[in-house]
Amino acid sequence: MKKYIPIKKVKGFATAQSVRLSEKTLAKTQKAGNFLTDIADVSLFILRVIKETFSRNFEFKEFLHQCYQIGYKSLPLISVTGAIMGLVLAIQSRPALVDFGAVSMLPAMVAVSLIREMGPVITALICAGKIGSGMGAELGSMRVTEQIDAMEVSSANPMRFLVVTRVLAATLMIPLLILYADGLGIIGSWAGANIKGDVSLSLFFSQAFSSIDFADFIPAVIKSFFFGAVIGLVGCYKGYNAGRGTESVGIAANSAVVLASLLVLVVDVIAVQITDMLVL
Amino acid sequence: MKTEETVELTETFHKKIVPEPVIEISNLQKSFGKQQVLKNISLKLFSGENLVVLGKSGSGKSVLIKCIVGLMTADSGTIQVFDKNVLTLNLKELSELRQKIGFLFQSGALYDSMTVRQNLEFPLRRIKRDLTSAQINEKVNLVLEHVGLVDSINKMPSQLSGGMRKRISLARSLVADPMIMLYDEPTTGLDPVTSDEISSLINEIKKSYKTSSIIITHDIKCALKTADRIIMLLDGEVYKDGKPSDFNKSTDPEIRSFFN
Repeated sequence: MKKYIPIKKVKGFATAQSVRLSEKTLAKTQKAGNFLTDIADVSLFILRVIKETFSRNFEFKEFLHQCYQIGYKSLPLISVTGAIMGLVLAIQSRPALVDFGAVSMLPAMVAVSLIREMGPVITALICAGKIGSGMGAELGSMRVTEQIDAMEVSSANPMRFLVVTRVLAATLMIPLLILYADGLGIIGSWAGANIKGDVSLSLFFSQAFSSIDFADFIPAVIKSFFFGAVIGLVGCYKGYNAGRGTESVGIAANSAVVLASLLVLVVDVIAVQITDMLVL
Repeated sequence: MKTEETVELTETFHKKIVPEPVIEISNLQKSFGKQQVLKNISLKLFSGENLVVLGKSGSGKSVLIKCIVGLMTADSGTIQVFDKNVLTLNLKELSELRQKIGFLFQSGALYDSMTVRQNLEFPLRRIKRDLTSAQINEKVNLVLEHVGLVDSINKMPSQLSGGMRKRISLARSLVADPMIMLYDEPTTGLDPVTSDEISSLINEIKKSYKTSSIIITHDIKCALKTADRIIMLLDGEVYKDGKPSDFNKSTDPEIRSFFN
C-alpha cells in the first residue's frame, strides 16, 4: 500500500514552490469539503423541517401568527409594488404596440406577462428582501441572545416552534401575495393605459382575462409555492445557524436575502423549462 | 439474617448519609479547532448539593454546563445525568432528560417577543401538556411569587431591569420543577446588592425545590454564599476540589488570586 507522508515532514526537503502548491491543494480540498458539509447541513435541515411538519403537537397558534406577520404585514409593500409593476409595464409597452397598430392587445399582453412571469418573480424577490431578511435577522438575534438555546434546554422544540411555522406560513402566504400583486398589477396597467388612452376597467379586465387560460395560471401558482418554500427555508436556515456574535445577525439577514433571491431565479428557470416541456 | 425491612431501612439510611451523584462526568474533553477548552474533566454533583465551578474567563466553565445539557457535544468522555449518558442519547431521550434540568443563561435569554407570563407559560405548555389553563396560571403565579416579581407578569422583557430579567429567567427555569439547576454566571453584570439577592435566591431555591445545582461563576461572594463544594478550573482542568473553607484557607497563589 502506498504510504502518504504528511506535508510537515516533507517541508524539510521539498522546494518552497512544491510546499506552497501542496498547501493550496489542501486549502482547496478543505473548501470543497466545507461546501459538501454545507450541502449536507442544508439537506439535514430540510429533512428535519419536513419531519417536524408532520409530527404531533403542531404549533398552530404560532403558525397563524406567522401567516399574519408574513401575509398581512407585507400587504402595503406588495400593493405598491404590484400596482407600479403593472403601471410601468403598460406605459412602456404602449408605444411599441401603437407602432404595430396593436394597442388593443395591451390588456392581454400585460396580463400574460404579469401572471406568467413578472408578478411571481418580482413579488417573490420583494418577499425575499422583506420576509427572508426578517426571518434571518429575527432567528439570528434569537441565536445570538441564546433564546433558541433556552428553548432547546426547556424541551420546547425550537425547530417546530420557530422554523416549521415560518416555512409553512411563507409557503402558503407568498402565493397569495403573488396573486394579490397580479390583481393590483392589472389595475395598475389599466391606469397606465388610461394615461394616453381611454378604456373602461371592465373592458380592460375582460380583454385581459380572455387571453389567459389554465396553462398560464396553474404553472405560475405552482412555482409561487416553491418560491415561498425557498424564501422560508433560506431565511430560517441562515438565521437558525447564525454565528455567536452580533455581526452574525447582519450576515444572516444579508445572506438570506442574497441566497433566497438567487434561488428564486433558479427555481424560476427550472419551472419555466418544465412548463415549456409540458405545454409544448 | 436481614429481613426485607432491615435492608430497606439500611438503604434509606445509606442514601441519607452518602448522597448519590446526580451528575457524573468522566474524562470530558472538548476542543474548538486547535484550542482544547476542556482537558480530561472529571467531577460529580451529588443530590441536594450546590457545587460552584470557579475559573477565569475562557477556562471552559460555560462549555462544561452546555455539554451537560447537550447544547454542545463533547469530543470524548462520559456525562452521566441520572445514570443516562448524555453523549449517547437521541433527540427524544435528550428532550426527556432536559425536562429534569433547569438552566439559567448568563444573558437571561428571555424570549423578547413574549410577555413575562408567556415566557413562563412557554415551557410549561410544552412539557406538561395535561395541565389546565387554571393550573398553569397558578403555577406561573407561584413561581413569580418565589422570585418576588408577581407585579411584572404582563411586562415585556425590554421593560425589565437586569436583575429583574435574571429573576424572571430563574422563574422560567423553575416553572417545570427541575431536579437539577445549572446557573451560568448568575450574578454577572449585576450590582453588588442585586448579586447578593440572586445568591440568596439560589439558596432559597435549593431549599424549596430540593434541587442539586452547578453554579458557574467568578464572583467570589456568590461562590462563598451558595457553595457546599467548590471546584476550580484552570486551563481546562480541575485544579482544586474542596469545601469553601479549604479555598479560604489555601495559600496556593492561583487560588489566592481569586480569593483576595
